[in-house]
Formats: sequence, structure tokens, C-alpha cells
Amino acid sequence: MIDSLLSAFTLIFSGEHFLYLLLGVFLGILVGILPGLGGIVGFSVLMPFIYGMDPVSALAMLIGLIAVVPTSDTFTSVLMGIPGSSASQATVLDGFSLAKKGQGARALGAAFSASLFGGLFGAVILTLIVIIAKPIILFFGSAELFMLGILGISMVGVLSGDSLVKGFLACGLGLLLGSIGSAPATGEWRLAFDYYYLYDGIKVVTIGLAAFAIPEICDLLRKNKTIATKKEPLGKGWMQGLRDTVKEKWIVLRCSALGCLVGILPGLGGSVVDWIAYGHVVQTSKNKSQFGKGDIRGVIAPESANNAKEGGGLVPTLLFGIPGSGSMAVFLGGLTLLGIEPGPGLITGDLQFVYVMVWSLALANVIGAGACFFLSSKIAHITRIPYGILAPFMIMIICFAAFQVTRSINDLFILVVLGAFCTLMKNFNWPRPALLIGFVLSDTLETYLYQAVQFYDFKFLLKPGVVVIFLITVASVYLGSNMSKNKKITLKYTVKDLFNFNVQNVFLFIVLAFFAASAYDSFQHQLMGGIFPGSVSVIMLVLFTYVLFFNNRLLATMINTTFTTKDTKDLFKAFSWIILLIVLSSIFGFIIAIFAFFIALMKNKTNLTMTKILILTGSGISTIITLSYFMVLDFPPGLLQYFFKLPWPFK
Amino acid sequence: MNKKLVSLVAAVFMFATNAGAVDFSGKTVEWLVPFSAGGGSDKWARYYAPMLSKALPGNPNVVVNNCPGGGGTTCTNKFSTMKNGDGLTIYGDSGSVKFPYLLGDKRVRYEYKDWGKTIVLATPTGGVAYTSSKFYKSKADFKKLQGVSLKFGSNGATSLDLIPLLAFEMLGLQVKPVFGMKGRGPSRVAFERGETTIDYQTTSSYKSKVTPMVKEGKAVPLFTWGVVNSSGAIERDPTFPKLPHWAEYYESVQGKKPSGPAFRVWKAFLAAGFSSQKMVFLPTGTDPAIVKAYSDAFVKVTKSEEFKKTRNKRLGVYNQITGSDAEGILKAAMIVPADDLKWLKNFVTTRYGVKF
Repeated sequence: MIDSLLSAFTLIFSGEHFLYLLLGVFLGILVGILPGLGGIVGFSVLMPFIYGMDPVSALAMLIGLIAVVPTSDTFTSVLMGIPGSSASQATVLDGFSLAKKGQGARALGAAFSASLFGGLFGAVILTLIVIIAKPIILFFGSAELFMLGILGISMVGVLSGDSLVKGFLACGLGLLLGSIGSAPATGEWRLAFDYYYLYDGIKVVTIGLAAFAIPEICDLLRKNKTIATKKEPLGKGWMQGLRDTVKEKWIVLRCSALGCLVGILPGLGGSVVDWIAYGHVVQTSKNKSQFGKGDIRGVIAPESANNAKEGGGLVPTLLFGIPGSGSMAVFLGGLTLLGIEPGPGLITGDLQFVYVMVWSLALANVIGAGACFFLSSKIAHITRIPYGILAPFMIMIICFAAFQVTRSINDLFILVVLGAFCTLMKNFNWPRPALLIGFVLSDTLETYLYQAVQFYDFKFLLKPGVVVIFLITVASVYLGSNMSKNKKITLKYTVKDLFNFNVQNVFLFIVLAFFAASAYDSFQHQLMGGIFPGSVSVIMLVLFTYVLFFNNRLLATMINTTFTTKDTKDLFKAFSWIILLIVLSSIFGFIIAIFAFFIALMKNKTNLTMTKILILTGSGISTIITLSYFMVLDFPPGLLQYFFKLPWPFK
Repeated sequence: MNKKLVSLVAAVFMFATNAGAVDFSGKTVEWLVPFSAGGGSDKWARYYAPMLSKALPGNPNVVVNNCPGGGGTTCTNKFSTMKNGDGLTIYGDSGSVKFPYLLGDKRVRYEYKDWGKTIVLATPTGGVAYTSSKFYKSKADFKKLQGVSLKFGSNGATSLDLIPLLAFEMLGLQVKPVFGMKGRGPSRVAFERGETTIDYQTTSSYKSKVTPMVKEGKAVPLFTWGVVNSSGAIERDPTFPKLPHWAEYYESVQGKKPSGPAFRVWKAFLAAGFSSQKMVFLPTGTDPAIVKAYSDAFVKVTKSEEFKKTRNKRLGVYNQITGSDAEGILKAAMIVPADDLKWLKNFVTTRYGVKF
């Protein structure tokens, strides 16, 4: 093992390999900064070059790209509240809050240094356990994976904010939203309501943008100042971030170990690990009050975990040919194009190759995170730009990212509908992280429960691994539950008040209706297709009905008393901008719509002259056009494109 | 006078055909693939693309464009509406696009009969079924195997897994499918864990990942699916010439040739799902001269040195089907008698509870 490791290091630092690695890192930073793009786009750009290149250099480039994308997308997560990929969602919670407090550079500094150390530490762990990785992976069967999913769901407890009931209901919503589309066991379409788009279900990128980016944008449009409302000196922030990371080194170590181990297990999915890391750090902290409002630990934990996870994901990819995440799927594609077949023989036969991969990834991580780290104080100045100028760019980026999902206008429709709902959730204090956890774990829980029962009957609950994980879950829930002291409910809200016509009540009834519709839909399917959404929706329906109509005290906790009619008006006004863009897009196509949108928004929210507005609009549009040209991407088409054949980019 | 007339006519004729000759110089050809980058169909297209570019008249740039969604149906639906006969858009399908069509899936709005005249390539692939060495060491143990309750990891009763499910059913094996597997990779890992006891893998996966298990003595190969050729007969899989194909195996353990609606439907689905799994089409109504240019280009590719050197590793030892043979295999694969389809749907509904 030691000599494989040493020869691996010699190879990695050899001229050509290193150079291509740098190239990949550079490309990865560019690709990763724009949310929604991810490794697949970078891969498509590299594709024509890889084919025919010598495998070692090609792999170095590919690894450089993949390693850095989850790092560079932290920029938009922290500075704009736009989660670039599923891996950045947990970072948005505290990262963006810090940016709003004027500590954007600090948050970035902490995020990147945590990524750096997390990735390095993950590689160390990987080096040691890769020899025994195969038995570990084989040990974690469907029963154990199901119980890990339960561990993940238990995080809802600490992610619920003030109200455990709301957290529970939000999680239920997430589980049901996640079940939309094809049932894992039977392939039946659930909750699709014959709407073609929903046959494929909702993607995590869309819900991430809808849950975090859109509500924040509405909020910022309402206030119309700058993202950073406090004028803290941005300059030294990034060093402070580094110091925070060093101070919280135990969190970095724990979370990167967690990330590495979760990454090794094929089948859990990439987005779960951040939430588990985030939930874990909340559970194990004595002072929980600042989480969600700008606690630097809420940035350090998920960032250490998700870089370690990428390294971990190499293992099932190389060992079994099963990609542990989206970027690994891309990597696998690259491997086979280069003629390298992953398989058990790789670890026994070519350990050096495995170490080269692991440490190239780690090195790319270090270089990428390091580069981003030094850029962070400069780029953080974005948070000082008046929102009227920044908003159209942000909205354009969000729509562009959402559009990458299926490249149809429906992506934008779904984004808007979900975004509207999540904006209301934010304003009525419903915990969106709980929704996300339910969503990302929905498929895992259902698939593995079903398989575990098929393989072992309900005896699967007695398997040793399952019992151990269950005990860990119980322990973590117990440790995390020095629950928020019950707020004094001063509000008197009765069932009668529920029927007043205001936005908040409408929202509550929409949720209730959704549970009822889900329950109804699940009964239309076979047992194996309907049982999961059916049980969840029936439980939620019963619980929610009880809370709404039979328990005034709990009902009062559902209501946000500080929300006024003025807030309603402001909310509608802010949200209507987003709707405007979508409507314009569906008629004129994206480019023309964005052009008009930029001008309209900037004219309305700022005092800039028309010339300046046109210059900014021009620069924004030309950037996005250039990027799309190189990445062979199309723009959302509208009715106009249906009737007239226009040249690219107006297609 | 006659000589002059003849040469004039000849000159005009040559001029006309040359003026109409297909030439893609300076153009870019878009190859649509209805799945994401990195998957099997994507790798297949990207393998061919640069060679196709060299073989087409005018050497246009050939770019692969991924348009995933709907399990492959979204892009196919879009492609079926295309009427641009300029030859600058081609489309690569796969078994997962054919099966929903054959089974009458709600999402399908395309019609394979439209592409009978514009198919230019069909790429076969193969599969090998294997089981645990715990109860089966060789064909002599077949009766013993029939007495064991076997578990099979599958991603659904209406997917390519219909091939193994029907194959096992016809052999009288007691196979209980565990649905919800996310593909053949996880199914194979489940086999390694001992959670499933019978499995199949496609050619390349079998070679790299199951052969070690066979060498260890954990797994024993049963049979390959074999390859349906363009005249409709089943032959041994050329990548595994020593293994019997399913129909051969059936005959030797059951004592008679397979027959009946189950077998007819199985053979058609085998042709669709494996023996001509990936096809390349041009939009319906494309000028026959352009179709021929592509057809000839693919033939040129399969005869080239570059292809011959790399094909076995990338696509397996399968003969690529071009020209009129491609039309033949399309008919064999995609035209299934309505009665047989009804039988299949009934089977899948009663056996696995699938509603259509």
C-alpha cells in the first residue's frame, strides 16, 4: 500500500498530469460559478478534447473539473442565496444570512477553507480504508441504507426551527413532492395529474432554487437596498473565516469523516450529506440560537462534508461502476470513453491508479478551494451592489439554472409555482430545510424500505447494522432535543379565524388540499406503488386536520402574527416581477424577454440613466450568450419561436 | 449524330447527379441522444461521431446533443415531429425508447413505422444470465435449480427486464422479481451481497464485473440471450461463443424448441431490446439520396481500420447492421402482431400487477 501511495504521488506531481489538472480546475471554477450547470456541462465542453487524448492527462483534467464544481458554486450560495447544486443548499441557510449581515467574505473564507481541509481529510480517510472499502459497501445493503435514510429524516427535529409540528408537516410535504413521478417499485405515475412534465418528477435543483433563491429574491426586491444591510468592513473578512475554520477544527474533522463515509455508500445520493452534516452540527451545539440566522458553523459543517463526499464517491464508481453522485456519473462516462473499465479488479490489481485518482481529486480540491479563497474578498463586494442592479442578473441566473433541468419552458413554470409556495412558507415561518430533507430522502426511503422487505421480510429490522444505526439515530435525536422552550402563545386563533379570507389561511388550505389530493391519488395505484405516498399523506392529513380544527393552541403556532396586509401587497408586487419574466419568456423566448425585463426592472428600482441601463443589460446578456455558445446550450423558447424560425440565440 | 446525342445526354445526366450529390462541407450535423451524458447511448454515439464525421461527404462536424427526459420519450417525441430533410439532424434511439412504444405507453407520440426508410444503422448488444453457485454448477443441475425460489433484482416489469423475466418464466424457474432496483449495476451488487440469486448483465458489465465472480466460483453463467439476425433467426452471442443462447438452452433442458405467443413476443422484444438495441434514424421523409449518403458513411466506418481496432472493446464483438439489413431488423423488432402484444400485456398485468 505505501509504495502504491508513493508512486501515485510521484505521478500526480509530474508535469503533464499536473498541468491538465490545473486546466480542469480552471474550467471547473468557471462552470461551477454559474448555478445549475454542474459537472455534466463541463464534461460536454471537454468531451471533444478528451476523446483521443492520452488517458492519464484526460483523467487529470476531468478530475480537476469534477473536484472544483461543488466548491465554486458556493459563491452564489453564500453571496446571493442561490444554491448552485444540491450540494450547496445547506450552506445557503447560514452563508447567505451572514452575507446579509455584511459578513459575506467571512462566510466565503470559512466555506473555502472548510472545503479545503474537509477534502484533504476525506482523502486521508479514503487512502486508509480503500483496501477494505469493498466489504464495507457490500455490508450496507438495502436494510442498512433504509435505516440511514431514517437517520437523515430524524434531522428534521433540529431543522424545524420553532415549531416541531410545522417541521413534521413540511417534511411530509417534501416526502410527497419527492414521490411525484414514477414509483420505484411499479413505475406508475403518482401525482402527475396527466401533466407530461411531472412524469419525470421534480428535480432537486428546481426545488432548491424554489425553496431558497426565489423567496430571498422577493424579500430583497421588497426592501430594495443591497444584499449586505450592515456596513461591516469586508476587507479582512476572509481571514476571519479561515480563523473560524481553524477554531472549529473538530467540526471539520467530524463532518469530513461523515461526508467521506456517506459518499462511499452508493445509493444515498449527494444532497443528503449536507443536511446530515448540518443537522449533526446543530444537534451537537449547546448554543443553537444563531443557526439559520448566520452561525458560521452552519457554513463550515456542510462545506467540509460535501467535499469529502466527492472523494468518497470515487470508491463505488471505481469499484463497482456505480456512480455515487451526478459528477461521478460524468466521471464514469469519461472513464469508459478512455477505455478504463471500473470493477473490483481495479483495487486489487491497480491500487496505484486508485490512489492517483483519490489524491488528484484532493489536490484539485486544494488548488480550487485555495484559488476561490483568495478571490473571496474581492467577489464578496457583490453584496454591496444596489439590489436594483443585481436583481435582474440574479433572476436571469436562477431562470437559466432552472431551465437546464429539461430545457423546456415547463421548468420555469414549475419553478415559479414552487417558488411562490416556498415564498409563502418563508413568510409564514414554515421550515424549508425540513421540506428539503423530506424531498431528498423520499426516493431513498421508499426504494430501500421496499427492497429490504422483499429481501428479508420485516426481519430486516433485526439485522445488526440496522440496529446500530437505529441506536445512533435515537441517540442523536435525544442529544439534539434540548428543545426550544415553548414560546408563549399570546395569539388567540380559533377555527372561526381560519375562514377569514387572507393569504395565510389560503396557504394553510392549500397544504391541506395537497395532502388530501395525495391521499386520493395514492389509492389509485397498486399496493406497492401507492403505499408509501399513501401512508405519508394519510398521516399528514390526519395530523393537519387535528391541528387546524381541533386544537386551538397548536393552530395558533401555525400562524405568523407579524404578517400584515401590507406585507401581502408587497409580496405580490415583488413576486410579480418573476411572473413577468416567465410570461414574457413564454411569449417571446428567453433572450428577448430578458432584454425587456432588465430594462423594466432597472428603470423601476434604480435611478440610473437609460444609457447605463442599456450597457448593463448588454453586458449581462452577452455574458450569458457567450457561455451558452461554448456549452452548446439553448434558451427557453416561447410562442414566437414556435411560429417563426429565428437564428440562435433567439431560437 | 447519335454519338453526340448520347454523350450530351450522358453529360447532362452526370451534371444532374453531381449537382444533386450530397455534400455536407462546412456544415454541422447534430446527433440527438435522448439520454444524459455518460450513459450507454451517449457513449455509443460519441464513439461513432468522430468516425462518422470523417466518412460523410464533405466531412461535417458531428456534435452529440443530449436531450434527456421521460425515459427517452421526450426527445423522441420531438424528433418525430421534425421534417427538416436537410440531413443535418440525426437521432440515436435505444431499447428503452422502443419498449414503451411496443407497450403502448401514454407518453409515446412517435411511430416507428415512420422510420422504416430512414434507418441507417442498428447496433446490437448482448446479455448473459447467471446464477449463484450455491445450487447450480452446470446444466446437469437444472432440475435442482427449478426447485429453488430465486430472487431477481429488476427496475420494473415494463423495462428491458421483460427479456429475463419471460426467459426465466418459460424455463419454469421460480423467480421472484424485486422491483425498484436503480439499474443493472445495483442489481449486480445485490447479487454479490447474496440478496439476489439470479441476475443478468449486459456484455461489457458481465465481462468486467461478473467474470471475476465466476473465476472465484461464486457465480455460474447460464446462457446468453443470443442475437436475432436480420432474417429473424437466433444465433449465439459472438462475444461469448462458448455459452449457449437461451433458445438453445431451452431446447436442451426441455427437450423441444420454444414456441407459442410467449416465445414470439420474447423474440421480438429481444430483437428490439438487444439485437438492434441502438438505431440511428434520419427524420421521416428525408431525401433518399441523403439517407443513402449516411448509410454508405456508416458502412465506410465499420470497414475502417480505426473501427476494427477499437470496436470489440467499445461495442463488443457484434456485427453492426447497416443498409437494407437495418430495414429488415427494424421490421423484425418493431412489428409485433397485435394478438401477441395483448398476450404480453395480460401476462404482465396478471403476473406483476402492472396496469396499462
